Amino acid sequence: MLSTVDPAGPAAQTIATLWWVMLAGASLIFALVMVLLVLAFRRKNAGDDAGRVRAWIVGLGLVFPMTVLAALLAYGLIVGERLLPREGPDIVKVGAEGRLSAWTFTYEDAPSFSTDGTLHIPAGRPVDVAVTTADVIHSFWVPRLAGKLDAIPGRTNILRIEADEAGTYTGVSAEFSGTGYDSFTFYVIAHDAANWDAFLNGDFE
Amino acid sequence: MNALGRHRKLTAIWASEPGFKGWFSTVNHTDLGRMFLATAFFFFFIGGLLAMLIRAQLATPHSAFAGPDIYNQIFTMHGTIMMFLFAIPTFEGLAVYLLPKMLGTRDLAFPRLTAYGFWCYAFGGSMMLVSMVFGIAPDGGWFMYPPLSGAIHSPGINTDFWLIGITFVEISAIAAAVEITVSILKYRAPGMSLDKMPIFAWYALITALMILTGFPPLILGSILLEVERAFGFPFFQAELGGDSLLWQHLFWLFGHPEVYIIFLPAAGVISTVLPVMCRTPLLGYGWIVAAALALAFLSFGLWVHHMFTTGIPHMGLAFFSAASTLVAVPTGMQIFAWIGTMWKGRPELHLPMLHLLGFFFTFVIGGLTGVMVAVVPFDWQAHDTAFITAHLHYVLFGGFVFPIFAGIYYWMPHFTGRKRFFYLGEFAFALVFIGFHVTFLAMHWVGLLGQRRRISTYAPEDGWTAINLISSVGSFVLAIGIAMILIDVFLHALTASRGRRNPWRAGTLEWAMITPAPAYNFASLPHVTDRNPLTIEPDLAVQLAKGEGYLGTPRNTWRETLTVEVASGKPDMHVIYPANTRLPILMSAVTGIFFLSLLLKFYWTVPVAVVGVAILAWKWVWSIGRQDDMDTVPVGQDIHLPNFAMTDRPPGWWGSVFLLTANATLFGSLLFGFAFLWTVAPGWPPPDWFPPSVSALALGIIGAGLGPIAMRYATQKNRNGGTPLASLALTLAGAVLVAVACAAMMVHTPAPTRHAYAATLFVLGSYGLFHAALGILMVCFLIARVRCGFTSSARRAEFPIVRLWIDYLSVVSVLILVVAHLPGLMG
Ligand code: HEM
Ligand SMILES: [Cu+2]
Repeated sequence: MLSTVDPAGPAAQTIATLWWVMLAGASLIFALVMVLLVLAFRRKNAGDDAGRVRAWIVGLGLVFPMTVLAALLAYGLIVGERLLPREGPDIVKVGAEGRLSAWTFTYEDAPSFSTDGTLHIPAGRPVDVAVTTADVIHSFWVPRLAGKLDAIPGRTNILRIEADEAGTYTGVSAEFSGTGYDSFTFYVIAHDAANWDAFLNGDFE
Repeated sequence: MNALGRHRKLTAIWASEPGFKGWFSTVNHTDLGRMFLATAFFFFFIGGLLAMLIRAQLATPHSAFAGPDIYNQIFTMHGTIMMFLFAIPTFEGLAVYLLPKMLGTRDLAFPRLTAYGFWCYAFGGSMMLVSMVFGIAPDGGWFMYPPLSGAIHSPGINTDFWLIGITFVEISAIAAAVEITVSILKYRAPGMSLDKMPIFAWYALITALMILTGFPPLILGSILLEVERAFGFPFFQAELGGDSLLWQHLFWLFGHPEVYIIFLPAAGVISTVLPVMCRTPLLGYGWIVAAALALAFLSFGLWVHHMFTTGIPHMGLAFFSAASTLVAVPTGMQIFAWIGTMWKGRPELHLPMLHLLGFFFTFVIGGLTGVMVAVVPFDWQAHDTAFITAHLHYVLFGGFVFPIFAGIYYWMPHFTGRKRFFYLGEFAFALVFIGFHVTFLAMHWVGLLGQRRRISTYAPEDGWTAINLISSVGSFVLAIGIAMILIDVFLHALTASRGRRNPWRAGTLEWAMITPAPAYNFASLPHVTDRNPLTIEPDLAVQLAKGEGYLGTPRNTWRETLTVEVASGKPDMHVIYPANTRLPILMSAVTGIFFLSLLLKFYWTVPVAVVGVAILAWKWVWSIGRQDDMDTVPVGQDIHLPNFAMTDRPPGWWGSVFLLTANATLFGSLLFGFAFLWTVAPGWPPPDWFPPSVSALALGIIGAGLGPIAMRYATQKNRNGGTPLASLALTLAGAVLVAVACAAMMVHTPAPTRHAYAATLFVLGSYGLFHAALGILMVCFLIARVRCGFTSSARRAEFPIVRLWIDYLSVVSVLILVVAHLPGLMG
């Protein structure tokens, strides 16, 4: 329902892959450190301090993390770039305004109406959500579709989401907002092309 | 005089009053260090109880244990207590207790300040506890984001408790940091140059400097938010030119360094304990110091990684992501230096070592997940979920609690002079280790399954039930383990048999004394020639007790020590400390009245408390110093030193330098906030601007120029044997002019409740006015001292101190006036 590791859209998919890659890398590094730690307890022969400083501090402490981190950073930046809301044809624009404790959604293609608690989008098309708030800070998060983005007073933030297939996805507000926070949830319904047109014409229930 | 006679005489001079009454008047660092630690662990216990309540609540879905109102208070107070009332004070307590002993001296630089800091912590912490007992505790999460924490959405007193109580407690952090910095730089045994300092002192120095530059943004943020709540100045309200993101910047500008302020002392403990456990010196001392310094610098450049989801521009994200991953490098360097040390030596599995292994296992995982969340896209998913809760506990528990437990067990024989006799500690360690990982490992996963942090309950359909139940069971195992450690420590203190001196065969100076430590630490001060003095001279303790070091002959009733030049460790001043006094507890009580009045909105008692603090501070400073000149004092080994009253750089000057460092950081944060609002906040330009005035600006600048010049004249006059009174009067006039200019600025500022622009100008003006008043007070004090014969051409130490503050006043007031007047004058 809310799982980031069960992605249903390209953004969530990219990030889930990123997670699995990082988990694998981190496990290897963790194992390496633990092995080194255990080996410290065996008998060993003497060496000189200069050599040790070179091996431990410069080699393992400086060069090794620099290399790993540079690679990870590059990967992260490329992924981040791909998730940006870039201009393109075919993009659907909607608005999401948070207020304690519900969301109101508006549609650029159907300016005459808004929906409360449920956001309708077309499946298979990128959607830009303009996230705003009427009171305190909230965060718009549909874990199976994309990462979260905050709704900050006085600002409009744009989040790109996309659902691969038609269906209903759960979303939550992910910035603590007081007593109503537990139940501050919403739904995203992704429609196939026909239903989407119907929705825009106002005849979808 | 034989060793016993010397011990008796010194004890008579240094001892606190007997019995519990002594607690209120002691200024001795050994007592206060213990009091800090005991209080901090009391709060750890309370914070732990709250953690148990959290886990009880989350153990099952649809929990009816506590409603959200109460639950929000519980987790907010858990986080707040652990961070502000446990972790930081534990560092302070450990440093206060250990540093003079490790550095081979008799006390910290400002004993009364230690006591004042302790009482501010105790009173401020009590305030927080009271709020909890009455069910009106803070409930906005430990980072208190506005607008949720603003007056509209949190009208109750809960948030005020946080803002005011924590600011009160922060006084103790700043006091301890000034104290620790000056002590490490100046109060060391002769011969201990910087490169011969015990590694713990390096870590403590770096941590203290980080507190001085890391806490002021939070203090400023708290002041601004409280002023917004109480008087409606809209610093964080977007519709009126404020910006809620300003709070986030100020908070995390503090909050991220805070994490390293917590980790670095623990790393200092590791660097001290680990080599002893491995029977070998630390590998790469210089590298480790460099890594710790690098960590400190870097940590001020990555606060934005807590704000990756706020819609910061992409370039900014990339920069802060890079900086955040980079910080893993110096951390890794230290980890590998420690493992290298273990390879070099022969590790022995004593109890402290077990906790250190617990540290490695836990902290490495925390570090790796830390790197993960530094990668922006991943953070967009993980942010504000249980994944973060898990990560932060791996870092804080792994990076702080395990090392501190190692340290407690390592120094326990020093605190009590006894040795452990049970295996309770080993068993407790196993429970803590297993309990911790059962509690938190799977919590990463439930976060990825979408469980947000700070929710008070969830539904069975969410699919999180099993993990939460396991986690809660684990937390109770953990709690039992921690309780056993506390019991172990208690039993140890009460019943264990006497142990021998230096049971770990450590090399640092704190073991060169009888244990439990005598009030005066060392009967005579050592001459240090090595990083591990006890390794090269195992008999050192006996030699010092026999009076073979410096200051081995007690004089009068003086609590004597000496200071050294910062870099070389060459002796340079003779110091007589103040003795037991109730002034610190009294002054912190009056400080408490100030904060309580603000909290309860009894505004008419605020000025009373301010005057009270001023009077006590006057008394405080008045009581040191002499009315006659003093010859240089023989300190042993044919060295004669001037008393600090007869120098140009007395301890008070050093203290002022670092206090002003913190102060300047606060002022800098305020200017940053102003610039941030002006350029980034949505609701600008303001409806009306400040009416600039060339004459007001000129008046202020003349005053700001006059003060420092006249003060220099006064110093010169006094040095040459003349009377400085006329120049001091001119200095006073300068400060008064500045006060008038700042007051005029506040009067002409447009209504501060209407726009953040005016609100900030008003605060800037009051900052200037406050410092002008402070300057006036100080110059008056100096005039009174001159007239009462406390100064002479030799006893000149107070002039440079006042000069420093007058100079600071000039710099900030010119900046303030220019910021207010210039934009309008330029058109
Ligand atoms: C004694 C064992 C501990 C347990 C079982 C525990 C448990 C927890 C849990 C379950 C939460 C998350 C509540 C939520 O947001 O869903 C939490 C939050 C937190 N904990 Fe702990 N904790 C422990 C120790 C510590 C320590 C030692 C520290 C710091 C030195 C600490 C600092 C925090 C902080 C800062 C938060 C965040 C509070 C907030 O969201 O406002 N905890 N703890
Ligand atoms: Cu951080």
